[in-house]
Amino acid sequence: MTVFLLILISSLAVYGFILNKSKASVMSDTNIMHSQPHYHGLYSAFITLVPAILLLFFWSFIVNMITNITLKDFFSDITDTGLIKFYTDGVIGYAEGATDKIINHAGFMPAVEHYQALQHNNKILQFIVISTLSLMLFRYSLKFVEVEFKARDYIERVIVIVMRASAVFAIFVTIGIVLSLLLETLRFFDSVNVFDFLFGLHWSPQMAIRADQVGSSGSFGAVPVFTGTLLIAFIAMTVATPIGMFSAIYLSQYASENIRSYAKPIIEILAGIPTVVYGFFAVITVAPFFRDMGAFFSFTNMSSESALIAGSVLGIMIIPFVASLTDDALTAVPRSLKEGSLAMGATLSETTKKVIIPASFHGIVGSFLLAVSRAIGETMIVVMAAGFAANLTFNPFDSVSTVTVQIVGLLTGDQEFNSPKTLSAFALAFVLFFITLVLNVISLTIVKKYREEYE
Amino acid sequence: MTENLKVSIRNLNVFYGKKQALFDVSLNIMEKEVTSLIGPSGCGKSTLLKCINRMNDLVEICNINGQILLDSVDINEVSQDPVLLRMKVGMVFQKPNPFPKSIYDNVAFGPRLHGMTKSKEDLDNIVIQSLSKSGLYEEVKDRLYEPGTGLSGGQQQRLCIARALAVNPQILLMDEPCSALDPIATAKIEDLIAELKQQYTIVIVTHSMQQAARVSDRTAYMHMGELIETGMTKTIFSNPQHEKTQDYITGRIG
Amino acid sequence: MNNISARNKSEKRFQMYGKTAVLIAIGFLVILLFNIFSTGISAFKQTYIAVNLEIPADFDKKNINPRTELNKHFLKMFPEATTRTERRALLSLLSKGARYEFSELINQNKERSIQGYHWFLASADLDMYIKGTVKRQGDTAGRIDENQMFFIDKLLSKNLIELQANKYLLSSADSREPEMAGIRGAIIGSLYSILIAFLVSFPIAVMAAVYLEKIASKNKFSDLIETNINNLAAVPSIVFGLLGLAIFLNFFELPRSAPLVGGLTLALMTLPTIVIASRAAIKSVPPSIEEAAIGLGASKVQTIFGFTLPLAMPGILTGTIIGIAQAIGETAPLLMIGMVAFVVDVPGSPLDASTALPVQIYLWADSPERAFTERTSAAIMVLLGFLILLNLTAIYLRKKLEKKW
Repeated sequence: MTVFLLILISSLAVYGFILNKSKASVMSDTNIMHSQPHYHGLYSAFITLVPAILLLFFWSFIVNMITNITLKDFFSDITDTGLIKFYTDGVIGYAEGATDKIINHAGFMPAVEHYQALQHNNKILQFIVISTLSLMLFRYSLKFVEVEFKARDYIERVIVIVMRASAVFAIFVTIGIVLSLLLETLRFFDSVNVFDFLFGLHWSPQMAIRADQVGSSGSFGAVPVFTGTLLIAFIAMTVATPIGMFSAIYLSQYASENIRSYAKPIIEILAGIPTVVYGFFAVITVAPFFRDMGAFFSFTNMSSESALIAGSVLGIMIIPFVASLTDDALTAVPRSLKEGSLAMGATLSETTKKVIIPASFHGIVGSFLLAVSRAIGETMIVVMAAGFAANLTFNPFDSVSTVTVQIVGLLTGDQEFNSPKTLSAFALAFVLFFITLVLNVISLTIVKKYREEYE
Repeated sequence: MTENLKVSIRNLNVFYGKKQALFDVSLNIMEKEVTSLIGPSGCGKSTLLKCINRMNDLVEICNINGQILLDSVDINEVSQDPVLLRMKVGMVFQKPNPFPKSIYDNVAFGPRLHGMTKSKEDLDNIVIQSLSKSGLYEEVKDRLYEPGTGLSGGQQQRLCIARALAVNPQILLMDEPCSALDPIATAKIEDLIAELKQQYTIVIVTHSMQQAARVSDRTAYMHMGELIETGMTKTIFSNPQHEKTQDYITGRIG
Repeated sequence: MNNISARNKSEKRFQMYGKTAVLIAIGFLVILLFNIFSTGISAFKQTYIAVNLEIPADFDKKNINPRTELNKHFLKMFPEATTRTERRALLSLLSKGARYEFSELINQNKERSIQGYHWFLASADLDMYIKGTVKRQGDTAGRIDENQMFFIDKLLSKNLIELQANKYLLSSADSREPEMAGIRGAIIGSLYSILIAFLVSFPIAVMAAVYLEKIASKNKFSDLIETNINNLAAVPSIVFGLLGLAIFLNFFELPRSAPLVGGLTLALMTLPTIVIASRAAIKSVPPSIEEAAIGLGASKVQTIFGFTLPLAMPGILTGTIIGIAQAIGETAPLLMIGMVAFVVDVPGSPLDASTALPVQIYLWADSPERAFTERTSAAIMVLLGFLILLNLTAIYLRKKLEKKW
């Protein structure tokens, strides 16, 4: 039924387009019109189609709500909202013919009948009202084809509104992220104390499945998770910073144009490799490598999942990030400063160390912070190479867990929504989002400030 | 004033890739004189200047043929270190380029780099002397630790001169040093040049004939990569030998 | 100056650090690619065993059990297998998939007789041995015991074991048996997701970019939008996964594990990237062209759609391709919205439960079975292949763009 309705009003719209356009075409033969014929056509199509579709959406939404509310009445004896939902879903499934399963409850069949009656009536009413509306609008729009009528302005205004909406959409996405994380986080803090979470030293949410254990067992202390994240990020930055920065220095100050044009893209390839590939690489190559090295130096208990393994591979992934941003910062330094220093008899390394790097310092710090933010937010490499066990340790040879790994662990597999276990994942995600946001904002502010110094 | 030969340029040909910028240029720079290089845009005067302190080395595609003798030693020989050369030959650029450091650190940069001083006092002295020589000291003595970039255009240029002088060079190369400055600042720098030539050999590239006439002892006129004529400034401007020089000076070409 | 030699040495050292760093970075890349390639290349071939069949044309083909029938023929080849242990050892050399291959063979030859040797899929353990991944030690090799080894040696001596092209890898979906596991389901799932992601994010992003660059006045509000977009570009991907979970799965109640949801979540992720690239492309269109159009009486909207956008399109497309390339490799957000289930069917529509290629790689990488290791690498090779293709397209577009100006 709905499909038929949509086809009907779409055809009306197309018809309106054709009618108005030809009418306008005829007019334009003898007059100079404000708007081209196809704008008039579009205007008619728009008027015919859009209000009807909007009404259809709202109508369906409201009917959906009404259906759900009235269906619930049939199961008023049940208190568990999850179970009610299960039953109502079952009613709808049965009524639609998707399943044969009948649920053993007195209200089931009456509910089914109610649903079917509702749908039947709704569809008829919906069809009549909306098609009538569309038809009326269609007739109305035909009257608008005049020489003076500014159809194009109208259409263009609509287009601009669409564009503005697209731009504002970005804000909605951010709001969406903040809200969805925040709401669940607050719900989490209903069961678990904020300070226990932020400062507690023991993290084992998988254990706290029994309802009576929640909160009191203190098993939602996130400090080990935070330290795990920091440890791995630290190791990653130790690997990435020297290699990345020196690569950038070499390629921007020393290398010939030829070498630079080859080497730079090759290093960029490291950035394009999906992180899951890095994770796999960590497992099949890096872990055995460290194990063998450890055996060589007689460390016999190197675990195959350690902060060192995850951190080094993460570091490799971040190298192009550091290199590229540092390169941008270095090449932004005006050439005249470099020449001035060289003209005074400084060697290139002295010029780089004493003039160019200090001059681009803000940019370099900014890129460093962005890289740290990237390291903290990385998921797959650490999931595959580090462990799920949240140990509180600073020893790189131990296995630790990070915020991202915990989020994955808590939300894949069986989920009972609203349990503190799954909610804790949101709390962790909120902290993660907040920290990376702060780092990014600081980084961008620093870089902006440095750019101002040159302008 | 005894005339000693400081820099001798012989049969210099310079190529940027396939394009030739200087054609068989031979020029003598005399000690403790101001020699100016003049000529229309693109004549190669800046290129020639940059050969003297080997700044052209920075350009990958630049090739040099010929000899440049500083005190009878060819500066382009493999055994010669450009770093040491640039201690002897200082440069001031067209657009003032002070480092984003304090005034003190700008001037102290060279001496620190080359290990010229043993104590902070020595360094202080050098800074004060250099700033005095470039006529800037009185204006900045109370704000030595403020950024060099905070000075006016003319002051910045004098800072750059002080910076160049701090390493005690023998020759000072100036590439259109006043083109970015207003007339008052320009006048100050021209006065400075007159003082400095008592101690230093100066080669100045300028697009202003009037400036060349004002400040220099000798002038070399260049045209499309060739050295057309060279001689005492008074002579060049009053009685040029070449037609092209004449054309330039009288404004027929520019 | 006696510090000149020290300074020159320092200069040489510094330069060497730089060169070494570049070489180390490139070295890591080479090691990684080499590793993947060398482990994955063997997955493109698969071990098959030749079984001698004697099935007459009039044989009742409708009511047979393919497994027992095939086993019968296989056992016939080795009458020396007498005890149950020995017979079990021989039959275990065939994969479970062999029976499906056998049924298909029967179906293709309904009226005909089937005679002679036909190739059937071998088990993963045998495959690992043949490929040399599992090495022989005396009479055993990994999980292969002496009985199995006895028959393997016999089959090898008669040239009845062969490595053939792995048909399963690209044509079938995931499976518990590594020898039958393929990435077709994952590829289709990825393609659906990326298609949806592109269809949703591209128009919105380009519209937003046009608005910010050409229409919006520079006020606090547009600054806010700009800051927002820049920040969104740096949000960790897993947070987008949670957003998808909260909104698409919980609020809108869309089907879990569906490429539709995956695509929508990825759309949110690539949105900032495309906006930023589009803005740069639009900014680089010389204003002179627009001024000419407006001077001729075109409205602002007409100028944008008629002149600016077409000229900026190569740059916009390049940025979009780069954004899509990033999205193809994303795993974390897809894990959050459930595209991580073990799905054995190739998805028929974007609404069917499915997985995606990077997620498949993650699942296989987690498996302890040796046979999955080579397959993981092979899947990675396919993924990298797609990415290389995309990036080459982007580079080609960029070159084409340069020619226009």
